Amino acid sequence: METPRTMIDLLATPLQYGFMQRALLGGVLVAAVCAIVGTYVVLRGLAFIGDALAHAAFPGVVIAYMLKANIYLGAAISTVATALGIAYVSRRARTSYDTTIGILFAGAFALGILLMSRIRGYTADLFGFLFGNVLGISNADLAVAGILTAIVVLAVAACYKELLLLAFDPTLAEAMGYPVQALNYLLLVLVALTIVISIQAVGIVLVVALLVTPSATAYLLTERFFRMMALGVLFSVLAVVVGLYLSFYLNVASGAAVVLVSTSVFFGALGCRRLAGQRTPPL
Amino acid sequence: MNRPAARRSPPGKPSWEYCLEVRDLAAGYGDKPAIQGIAFAIRPGQMVGVIGPNGAGKTTLFKAILGLIPILRGRVLLHETDARRQRAMMGYLPQLDDIQRAFPVSVSDVVMMGRYPRIGWCRPPRSADRASVREALDRVNLLEHGDRQIGRLSGGQLQRALLARVLAQDPHLLLLDEPVSGVDPTTQHSIFAVLEKLRDEGKTVVVATHDLNCVVERFDQVLCLSGHLVAFGPPAEVFREEILEATYGSHLMIVKVGDRRVVVADEHRSHSRA
Repeated sequence: METPRTMIDLLATPLQYGFMQRALLGGVLVAAVCAIVGTYVVLRGLAFIGDALAHAAFPGVVIAYMLKANIYLGAAISTVATALGIAYVSRRARTSYDTTIGILFAGAFALGILLMSRIRGYTADLFGFLFGNVLGISNADLAVAGILTAIVVLAVAACYKELLLLAFDPTLAEAMGYPVQALNYLLLVLVALTIVISIQAVGIVLVVALLVTPSATAYLLTERFFRMMALGVLFSVLAVVVGLYLSFYLNVASGAAVVLVSTSVFFGALGCRRLAGQRTPPL
Repeated sequence: MNRPAARRSPPGKPSWEYCLEVRDLAAGYGDKPAIQGIAFAIRPGQMVGVIGPNGAGKTTLFKAILGLIPILRGRVLLHETDARRQRAMMGYLPQLDDIQRAFPVSVSDVVMMGRYPRIGWCRPPRSADRASVREALDRVNLLEHGDRQIGRLSGGQLQRALLARVLAQDPHLLLLDEPVSGVDPTTQHSIFAVLEKLRDEGKTVVVATHDLNCVVERFDQVLCLSGHLVAFGPPAEVFREEILEATYGSHLMIVKVGDRRVVVADEHRSHSRA
């Protein structure tokens, strides 16, 4: 009788704290939205642009901080503007997509660092956005994250088929008369909003991990699109919950703990596949 | 069988004289057109073969008709209206290498994509769409493979699955880019059986192919392409030595077997005429 009692204590103790309740709720929201959008990101090979957009959020965060404006709004303007800028410049400047991404995201991130170096006094909050501080999430943050999550999930639900067709066979999508360019922009905007939602939880530097790792893990284990999305959400939520408990008990950085749990699950799945003798499909 | 195509043309309304009409077409990127001087018109219910060596612009012609590449001059009309405004009426079978085989979708999922324009935005497939997918799979003999992942099909099966996707779309005009190259003779035969049935149902079927003998036997019209239009007409008129030579240049071999001329076109080997 002693062991179950201890297990329940282990799981319940952190829940007595308001900050852990908020962190778990916020973390689960972030995990779900990252995995849903991440399914498209992994299948279309957009991991690099995801990482770039996360870094591009930084100048928006710093400017919002300086103006004492809403941080989410600053990050949203900054990432969406960069997402549209990347699509625009790569069409105009004859540079390849990934070169354009490299140019724009490094430039935007540098702007953020430059502005931060001009701030006199306390800047520790800004480091929270770089490396994540899910334990510091407020009720207001939760409300914004909830609204943005609802918007992203509704948009994906509305264009689920069309985004799937675009990922699998862009030529057919265009031949059928779908607005391929607009759908590409839409996906980039959804990635940008997902990153904005996730920055508080895992931070700019690590957000790409939540965007791709759970979906990539799911891709190893299923050959159906919807199941990949559902499994991705499952792995993502699991990583956030386990990571937060580890962070609570071991007193380690929460964002890093979540990401490392996610990475471990990926390698675990890879190992299971190899043991089962399945070939790994190239993507 | 009550097919949607029949429902779309109301009784009493005269059917179109031409399904597809291409007028003085030039298409490609930049200033230099990849194809130019293309003009032809195809009546409904015909099967047309598009022949020409690699680089002659067969795929470019299809992509220009579908509106996938810029049209530099001329017009493409589907039922006397700009084709780009009625793209869902055109079905396209791309070459096999354009398909991502590792993608997590089943054969049925891929065939269902042909239904997407009919289903519309923000809606899941209905039972009528699922029935249409099953019917399309049945027509290409893949019904029992519907639940397999797309990459687990053989080349010939994959080709038939993509044909089923075009069938599920139920277009008026079918553009098929080399549907029988690299597949076994049984698959070739079954693909042509499906296409001939479609033609008999009133669809217009345009097929790019390397198999000239098959063109002679099965097609109503032949379009010879070599960057420009060399000839367009029934095989008996078009299959003359000077036309084939103008189309293929030196990449062609004409062999006389008895009183029958057998034509061999081979892009991978360069050889002079026997």
